[in-house]
Amino acid sequence: MTTNGMAAGPDRPPHPIAEAAYVAIRQVGKSYGSLKGAVHALEGIDLDIRGGEFISILGPSGCGKSTLLKCIAGLEKPTSGQIQVQGKPLSGPPDRLGMVFQRDVLLDWRTVLDNVLITAEFAHIPTASVRERALQLLWRFGLKGYEDRHPWELSGGMRQRAAICRALLCDPDLLLMDEPFGALDAMTRDDLNLELARIWQDTRKTVAFVTHGIAEAIFLSDRVVMMDRNPGRIIEVIDIDLPRPRHLAVRETAEFAHYVGHIRHLFTSLGLLKDG
Amino acid sequence: MMRRLQSLYESGMVLIVLIGTLLLWEAAVFVLRPPPIILPAPSQIWREFLITPGYFLQQSFSTLYTTVAGFVLAVAIGLALAVGIVHSKFLERTVYTLLVALNSVPKVALAPLFVLWMGTGIEPKIAIALMLALFSVVIDAVLGLRSVDPDMINLARASRASSFAILRKIRLPNALPSIFAGLKVAISFALVGTIVGEFVAGSEGLGFAILTAQGQFDTPRVFVCLILLGLLGTILFYIVEFMERLALPWHVSQRTGHAAAP
Repeated sequence: MTTNGMAAGPDRPPHPIAEAAYVAIRQVGKSYGSLKGAVHALEGIDLDIRGGEFISILGPSGCGKSTLLKCIAGLEKPTSGQIQVQGKPLSGPPDRLGMVFQRDVLLDWRTVLDNVLITAEFAHIPTASVRERALQLLWRFGLKGYEDRHPWELSGGMRQRAAICRALLCDPDLLLMDEPFGALDAMTRDDLNLELARIWQDTRKTVAFVTHGIAEAIFLSDRVVMMDRNPGRIIEVIDIDLPRPRHLAVRETAEFAHYVGHIRHLFTSLGLLKDG
Repeated sequence: MMRRLQSLYESGMVLIVLIGTLLLWEAAVFVLRPPPIILPAPSQIWREFLITPGYFLQQSFSTLYTTVAGFVLAVAIGLALAVGIVHSKFLERTVYTLLVALNSVPKVALAPLFVLWMGTGIEPKIAIALMLALFSVVIDAVLGLRSVDPDMINLARASRASSFAILRKIRLPNALPSIFAGLKVAISFALVGTIVGEFVAGSEGLGFAILTAQGQFDTPRVFVCLILLGLLGTILFYIVEFMERLALPWHVSQRTGHAAAP
């Protein structure tokens, strides 16, 4: 447990081989039985997420992107195929995992600080040892002065920042985010995108980020995984070759527009987007 | 400050309505002169109380004791059952289903049976109070324990939380508002159960005092008991509500100016 935490200091070596698959997903399928027959939420998913990579999973609602994320988190079992994290087949949530959901699910009866510390409580880490780190995270995310407030006293954006701090508290290697900014207004969303990009730049955690925002996916990611529904499957994975660190202005460049156009065109051709 | 003024204002209103009703009652009796066996005046009821205040307070205390004992047992047993039901499909299918079925039986009708089983001491009375209070404790606790955002549980599981930790740190606190809603109903039911118990197996308590006074056609005495019973029920209810306030300072109902209680 590093206490300075956020910075990839000398006590925390960089990932040994940047190209190695941190998460290896092989032929993963997930179907549910229902009255109208089986629903194939996922089918034949093959994907490697490299260590230190920021990957976005983009697709229309019902394409199984959240299900895929829950499978990677070990919260749901695939009905076929296999997922390995760091070379080990998954049985339950992997080590050093952090999660952020669309709803911040902060606990109303805890202060902001205590909400962040709950991650340590669950992992049986003495909270005294991570308290300083929790405060640093909160300050870094602009929540200085709100440590002892309750969640209901915070705006939606601030709440989600606290939820991110909670996920980062135990310095996870793998960060899974399920439409974390989906419920926020555009300005707050931009703000948090920048914040997340900066954090990722500093720590190079492996991130899988589920979203239905095309611009958000391109802005944040090294690769964007595009999915379609019925059955939920990957239709294309594109590399985002934009220089880092990225600033919001990158969205006005021709390259960025090119990526947006490509993705939009793909979704339009599949009938997922009606354009004109 | 505003809140205190507001609640002062509200209790003032309640007091005015109460005094108004009593005055109207007194006046109606003075004008219409119904026989005292039908309806005594408030002043007469008050004089009746003053004849033997010790006796009435003693009966009240007996009823209070039985009610609280039944209530506390119902809470302990009910919460344990609820936790079991939420964590075990087997218990849910058996105990929960049985409980719901049992609840549709008018439980008051079982009171004589309890007397046969347990005699005429305090035990059958506590048992009846417990039985009446138990259901609302269990139902509301189960509801509360279940209504947790699934993503909150997912988050806890992703951090490898034990199911005990999930219960203690998420489910239970999250269920508290619902549990207290159940407790507020349960305390009133415990009092009803106690009175029923005192009716069928009484040698003391307000229920027994009512029966005795009725046997002597002493309507003012019945009214004294009824008023004491009303006071008792109100006080018990507000004690539970006070505990709720202490336990749930974070809850929505406590955040804004409007107070639910006077």
